[in-house]
Amino acid sequence: MEFEAVIGLEVHAQLSTRSKIFCACSTAFGAAPNGNTCPVCTGMPGVLPVLNRKAVEFTIRTALATSCTVQRRSVFARKNYFYPDLPKAYQISQYELPVALGGHVDIEVDGGTKRVGITRIHMEEDAGKLVHEGEFADAQASLADLNRCSVPLMEIVSEPDMRTPEEGGAYLRRLHDILVYLGVCDGNMEEGSFRCDANVSVRPVGQEAFGTRAELKNMNSFRNVEKALEYEIRRQVERIEDGEKVVQETRLWDANAGVTVSMRRKEEAHDYRYFPDPDLLPLIVDDSWIEELRATIPEMPAEKIARLGRQYGIPSYDAGILASSRALADFFEVSAAIYAGNPKTTANECIHWKDAVIAGTLSPETIAHAVEDRERGTISATASKKLVELVLSTGKPFRALRDEQGLTQVSDTSALDLLVDKILAASPKEVDGYRAGKAGLLSFFVGQVMKESRGKANPKMVQEVLKRKLG
Amino acid sequence: MANVPVHEWTLLEAARRVREKEISSRELTGALLARIEALDPKVHAYITVLPEAAAADAAACDEEQAKGALRGPFHGVPIGLKDIFCTRGVRTTCGSRILRDFLPPYDACVAEKVLGAGAVLLGKHNMDEFAMGSSTETSFFGPTRNPWDVSRIPGGSSGGTAAAVAAAMCFAGVGTDTGGSIRQPASLCGVVGVKPTYGRVSRYGMIAFASSLDQGGPIARTVADAASLLGVIAGYDRRDSTSLDLPVPDYLAAVERPVEGLRVGLPKEYYEGDGLSPDVRAAVEKALNALTDQGAIVVEVSLPHTSFALSTYYLVAPAEASSNLARYDGVRYGHRAEGASGLIEMMSRTRAEGFGDEVKRRIMIGTYALSAGYYDAFYGKAQKVRTLIRDDFMKAFESADVLLTPTAPTPAFRLGEKMDDPLTMYLSDIYTIPCNLAGIPGISVPCGFSTEGLPIGAQLLSKPFREETLFTAAGAIERALPLRRVAPLEG
Repeated sequence: MEFEAVIGLEVHAQLSTRSKIFCACSTAFGAAPNGNTCPVCTGMPGVLPVLNRKAVEFTIRTALATSCTVQRRSVFARKNYFYPDLPKAYQISQYELPVALGGHVDIEVDGGTKRVGITRIHMEEDAGKLVHEGEFADAQASLADLNRCSVPLMEIVSEPDMRTPEEGGAYLRRLHDILVYLGVCDGNMEEGSFRCDANVSVRPVGQEAFGTRAELKNMNSFRNVEKALEYEIRRQVERIEDGEKVVQETRLWDANAGVTVSMRRKEEAHDYRYFPDPDLLPLIVDDSWIEELRATIPEMPAEKIARLGRQYGIPSYDAGILASSRALADFFEVSAAIYAGNPKTTANECIHWKDAVIAGTLSPETIAHAVEDRERGTISATASKKLVELVLSTGKPFRALRDEQGLTQVSDTSALDLLVDKILAASPKEVDGYRAGKAGLLSFFVGQVMKESRGKANPKMVQEVLKRKLG
Repeated sequence: MANVPVHEWTLLEAARRVREKEISSRELTGALLARIEALDPKVHAYITVLPEAAAADAAACDEEQAKGALRGPFHGVPIGLKDIFCTRGVRTTCGSRILRDFLPPYDACVAEKVLGAGAVLLGKHNMDEFAMGSSTETSFFGPTRNPWDVSRIPGGSSGGTAAAVAAAMCFAGVGTDTGGSIRQPASLCGVVGVKPTYGRVSRYGMIAFASSLDQGGPIARTVADAASLLGVIAGYDRRDSTSLDLPVPDYLAAVERPVEGLRVGLPKEYYEGDGLSPDVRAAVEKALNALTDQGAIVVEVSLPHTSFALSTYYLVAPAEASSNLARYDGVRYGHRAEGASGLIEMMSRTRAEGFGDEVKRRIMIGTYALSAGYYDAFYGKAQKVRTLIRDDFMKAFESADVLLTPTAPTPAFRLGEKMDDPLTMYLSDIYTIPCNLAGIPGISVPCGFSTEGLPIGAQLLSKPFREETLFTAAGAIERALPLRRVAPLEG
């Protein structure tokens, strides 16, 4: 029997606000343990949460960028459970009435486009973390670091629309790009700013009903999500083929062993006793606020890739690399506006100098001038590269360096004639050899001319002059 | 007034005399501390008394005044706070073992405002544990006694505050009211207690019992004192998302206004049934006569969903409490059980040892009411009934400006009388609970004494944010029925 997988993904993205979702503490990563805490986020008696407006705006912008319907009224709810990293013993989240419903993201798979539905987006606060003394298994004590408590998170829940690990990976990458593009999440998976849980089940191809699903946790990279899905799909299919049943449970991905292991069964699941948080008023979002935020939504990666290809005539592969960073794509467009002569070369240069561009150490003028000078034959490719490196190390303008270093190429025909004549006169044997049919000697003459010009001659033109004179 | 002992002055009188340098804050505070020392062993209104801090603060008030600076309208006047309001560096227990040594690193908004107005903090008042009770008997620190008869309870949960005010061991205090916890003890102790509109007084730093019902409010010996104290503690606080950004009116000015033409509604459901004691009925009638004698008009109104209020309250309040009290787990502050071998055992034993029976009872009720599969039938349904109860009131306020009812069905009962019968105890709040469910303001004003000489209060209710109307009506009752406010208690 042939099986297909049914995959739905839940992404927890940390909103890159400067303060926490319900208090004024900093969200900065790497502070001393419990350094970013106050009575509110540590759940002291009598304190109250106050919603961070920026966090709401970031979530609404995400909802708009993923074609969700922003709810005019949403409600914060308490999710109750005891754990030492959760100082109030409840997490403030959204439950029945989330901030956004019903959107989608388009992904590219197998050369086509596939639409993955988004069920809902809701806001919630993060919990702290426990640090165990010694190894977990025999730790004598655990310490709570509450810095992450009340850091704002947005949970984006997809429809079970994906059928392969590759589709899952493509969806995650696309969603990641969107959030980073919007500037609502820094996308850092290692620091936990972008986390993913997966719901996966298998069913015989052609069957409508879903199989029993497992929830996978603890996958901290795109690649790990794909690997965990591959493993889990294979595991479930094998169980069914062995005549066993898949049980509903939460499983942890062990990246080192490359397997998923059972964490808890359905019957061990908590009853979170959700109820609306009486300390927070319902979140009311009016049309004018939504329109105000809609105006701040930048072009999304998919649209940008298509437009860059169309507008500049560059391959979609290049457009894809440029669009992987909003800063890089913007840089390219400015460079291509300063010198519009060869967008393809401009794109190549931007991609080549990507790190410096993203780091903000290059100006679009530098790339534009480098491309323009090469196009006009004023400098060689080697000189261009060397000059950009010099711009980076000295901070001086590209053309000032070009003149200062004397790296301008000799493209003046009369000057080249003189150089070529000099070389030919000094190499009578090779001239004879070439004329006798040793065509390979042409590169010898080019090399000699280049050497004589100390690298400044335009090699293409040198060739032309040589061919003319030897012909 | 010359013959009135210092401790019997009203809050406004004491504030005026300090302001006019007739008495120093040091003397005034000293007199009250001496009174506490003499009487509190009998009453036990305080969990914590701050003799040194209060004396030092009073001295500081005097010095500042000598330089021409007054902190505010209550400059140098000693008051007390229910031990539910967090006070920076001053032990705040909420009447519970689990917080017996808790030192908050912050002040509640109410504490900030009262101290900012210049008041000197004498100490923290006893209360039912986590405000769960109607007699102050559930306090981990032992019960408070009614200063009018120390064999009786003072009401609760703000029983310590009401008793301290009635025994003149402070000029006024601030309590909290979730289902009657200000008004019922005020009634039983013969003083004035105000439950403001939900959202009128910030809940920041007020230890939560039932967040959608809790509201802080003044307890004082006169309507004018209560009005001026509410004027100080009311107002918007951005730290409390449920507080409302509305201007605070001059409540004091409302006390003297005439009641001529005021429509006084009598909700018939509150006068039916046999739970209402004849003494209380008679006293409330006197309050009504006081109003009609001054030109108020009587209208009969109906609040048809009143009979559902108690059961609604005992779903909503415990449900919220079960979540609010979950943070007391022994991890970060408060009591922690010794010798537990693991996390779950530590948490369970901490809570088993730290909470008293009534608190545990309500946590269990609330946990059940919120559990999967029961939510709709219990908490969800209760919220709907709550809307109906609020609608009842809004409809009644179309024909009435205030509603007049008894505050409590009976005068103070004896210590221990209802402790083994929680359901009977819960009935003490039958007239006060609907007001919290509806979020409207209420006041209890003394209107007489029982045949046994125990105080009786009348409750007035009004539309949201119409506390002024309450002060006007209560002021009229007070003027017509001059009643003793300081309990006849000897040290």
